[in-house]
Amino acid sequence: MNRHAFRAAAEAVALPVGALVGAMVLFGLFVAALNQNPLEVYALIYRGAFASAFSWQNTLARAAPLVLTALCVALPAQAGLMVIGGEGALVLGGLAAAVIGHLLAGAAPLGVEVAMALGAMAVGAAWIGLAGALRHYRGVNETISSLLLTYIAIAVFNHLVEGPLRDPASLNKPSTLPIGEASMLGHLPGLDVHWGLGFGVIFCVAMYLLVSRTTVGFALRVVGGNGRAARLAGLPVGGLVLAACGLGGAAAGLAGMVEVAAVHGTANASLIAGYGYGGILIAFIARQQPLAIVPVAVLVGGISASGGMLQRRLDLPDATVLVLQGVAFMVILASEALYGRLKIFRPAA
Amino acid sequence: MTGIGWWGVPLAVLAGAIRLSTPFLFVSLGECITEKSGRINLGLEGILVMGAMVGYAVSYRTGDPWVGVCAAGGAGFALGLLHGLVCSLPRVNDIAVGIGLMLLGTGLAFFLGKPYVQPEASMLPSLPLGAWSASPQVRTALGVNPLFVIGLALALALGWAFRHTRWGLVTRMVGDSSDAARAMGYRVPAVRTVATALGGFLAGVGGSSLSLYYPGSWTEGLSSGQGLMAVALVIFARWDPLRCFYAALLFGGASALGPALQSIGVSGGYYLFNAAPYVVTLGIMIATCSPRRTLVGAPGELSINR
Repeated sequence: MNRHAFRAAAEAVALPVGALVGAMVLFGLFVAALNQNPLEVYALIYRGAFASAFSWQNTLARAAPLVLTALCVALPAQAGLMVIGGEGALVLGGLAAAVIGHLLAGAAPLGVEVAMALGAMAVGAAWIGLAGALRHYRGVNETISSLLLTYIAIAVFNHLVEGPLRDPASLNKPSTLPIGEASMLGHLPGLDVHWGLGFGVIFCVAMYLLVSRTTVGFALRVVGGNGRAARLAGLPVGGLVLAACGLGGAAAGLAGMVEVAAVHGTANASLIAGYGYGGILIAFIARQQPLAIVPVAVLVGGISASGGMLQRRLDLPDATVLVLQGVAFMVILASEALYGRLKIFRPAA
Repeated sequence: MTGIGWWGVPLAVLAGAIRLSTPFLFVSLGECITEKSGRINLGLEGILVMGAMVGYAVSYRTGDPWVGVCAAGGAGFALGLLHGLVCSLPRVNDIAVGIGLMLLGTGLAFFLGKPYVQPEASMLPSLPLGAWSASPQVRTALGVNPLFVIGLALALALGWAFRHTRWGLVTRMVGDSSDAARAMGYRVPAVRTVATALGGFLAGVGGSSLSLYYPGSWTEGLSSGQGLMAVALVIFARWDPLRCFYAALLFGGASALGPALQSIGVSGGYYLFNAAPYVVTLGIMIATCSPRRTLVGAPGELSINR
């Protein structure tokens, strides 16, 4: 690695970390204003998120869907598209997985799991691919269309889950028929964490290789950098845009499958938990780099996981962790303005 | 619905449209101001929830709901200002900041609003527009949220101001061509920041209309995403304040149709009716966009036009 690349990499790590520290100071002042000791709060957040095997398990389980929904933003971003509809792809992917899992109940568990994953990915890919196609062929802005598609997806989901696909036995919380204990996703070998995390990490690594190490990925980044130049160079812009959106949607759909097959065992309103929106912020903090998504998602998952600990020990509302996340996101997003501005990261002329 | 039978459905939809459209109206007017200046604020959802909480808490503390409305607007103004200032920094993406603000606003509202879930704040009075009628249903249905009337007046005033006042023209110029605005000597980031803060003020007031008017109260499940929908609504209204009013009525009516049909025993398709406005908005976008032409009426500097 030459010195220039090293400085750039150091900047990419140091700026978000510095911003995070700044956000922690701000949040610490907020907490101090409410007569709590900030150091005690942070110690508890650490304990709730990373101090024990149990807290790690909680953290990683929360990070798993976020990794996948962040990919739904980061992949289209390579082609210059800003997709914010991961929530819709997740919800419909989860529904598809629940339906497939129930229909195939009793078959070989591995086969059922593969079918659920493929079905969920196909539905998610089609949903976000639709936003990409509208963008490419009709010039409809993908940010807005994917947001609208999310609302439509949630309406379709609620309609089906409370209507035709409802399990008559689910009284208080309308759900689809359960996929059955046998088809539930197992744990990663040696860890107490379900396979969703494994899917996320594998997906991120594969996408890193695709984007950074193949000609297809290079072409994709050309499209994102300058669409006109890509067209003049004869690149298949439409196909690349659709592929990026489709892969992103497949990731979000897989997140839905993971939530159904590893956590809830059925599709219900618990799927609409805002993972899609969390993924957007994670992708931005990871600066749309697939490999950076994993640590960022683990950090965010850890902060969420510590909410219960803060509530029990300090009697703080469970929204405390939302405030911390909100402050951190705002400061880190604002720190984007500092790239290339700090002297120590600039190569000596 | 015994007294008036099937007529209860259109009446319930009308009443529901008026009742449910008030928050839509304010957030869409706020988003309209922001987008006219060339920025998009997806954080109005957070501002709406924050406004609902602050309005309710202040009304409970002071006993005067109107003070609550003003405080809600003030909280919205502060959050809008935050969005505006952060987005004025170079290379900061307004859409991502909006999503961050959504999280921050909801988080702060849930955090600070915890003690106000139980107590009962004083509510805004209702305007008895149905006093002429003998039927109690009609009278109940036409008891209108005063903020609805204020919102209508505001929509008319904004439509006029965008066309006829210096401020309106500057805002539109900044939104349509920042180069032209710079050439005229206006500071583009400052205008946009003010526009975003004013948009936040209106969204905050919209939040208070959720919590301070019957059957309002402050709960964490108060908003059903009206703040995010504002973006769709403004596109639907093609960036025209008066059309924002009609669009808000339509979106409110669509939300009211489901419960109204349920009350007479039709329960299927409830959610699909709720989604109808989004399908229509998407349809309009598909029909009017082409790879060479963007939406008619859209401010030229808006990032969603590119």
